[in-house]
Amino acid sequence: MTYTAAAVLGVVAAVVLDVAVLRTRLVRRKAFWTAYAIVLAFQLLVNGILTGRRLVTYDHDTILGARLAYAPVEDILFGFSLALQTLAWWVWWGRRANQARANLARTSAGAATRNRVARPTRTRRSSTL
Amino acid sequence: MRWLYLGVLAACLVVTLPLEVVLGARVYRRPLRLALTLLPVLAVFLIWDAAAISAGQWSYHHLVGLRIGNVPVEEIAFFVVVPICTVLTLEAVRRRRPTWRIGDEPPTLPTDQ
Repeated sequence: MTYTAAAVLGVVAAVVLDVAVLRTRLVRRKAFWTAYAIVLAFQLLVNGILTGRRLVTYDHDTILGARLAYAPVEDILFGFSLALQTLAWWVWWGRRANQARANLARTSAGAATRNRVARPTRTRRSSTL
Repeated sequence: MRWLYLGVLAACLVVTLPLEVVLGARVYRRPLRLALTLLPVLAVFLIWDAAAISAGQWSYHHLVGLRIGNVPVEEIAFFVVVPICTVLTLEAVRRRRPTWRIGDEPPTLPTDQ
């Protein structure tokens, strides 16, 4: 598989993780795209140094050949995949912790009142999604 | 030159540190959540990196020379540092734009009535 194909696959895998697996749906959020735009600017700078000084070199047969700030365009896709996967996991773990906390609060509140009816401890989609 | 790659990564950590200290991103102060985020990302990208190196898709030069398998330590550091900076950026955006939802906000408790 060429780097071009792997990079496209990397983006697809990250979007699937975000939308379908973890259901964090960051690709639909302004906050994500704002953060990504900032990350991208710094990525171009850092990548520019690493590839411009030839610390990292690429096999010509595995890339399209188009470059942005010295780095092959495939690196943009690679960086997007890294950013989206990272943030999807970060948000997923945070959501889990907050839901667990809320369920705990709800259970103890319920136990303190008349309501002892069993209720689902987890909702598949919380109202915050 | 040997230390340039690690130096650039150190600079990334220094430049983003104010997001934690001044803006209150609270990323380093949630080490468990950060570690659980880094682990799956590290696993996926180190496998990708190792595969690309052995396929000859990219190669590294002028590094400190330490490798784990065929992956230079700089690359392992990269997949720790860059995700940390990315999370710091998202949390900084959240601090500056508190009305923008990210998806991990605590669920509002039902009134129970």
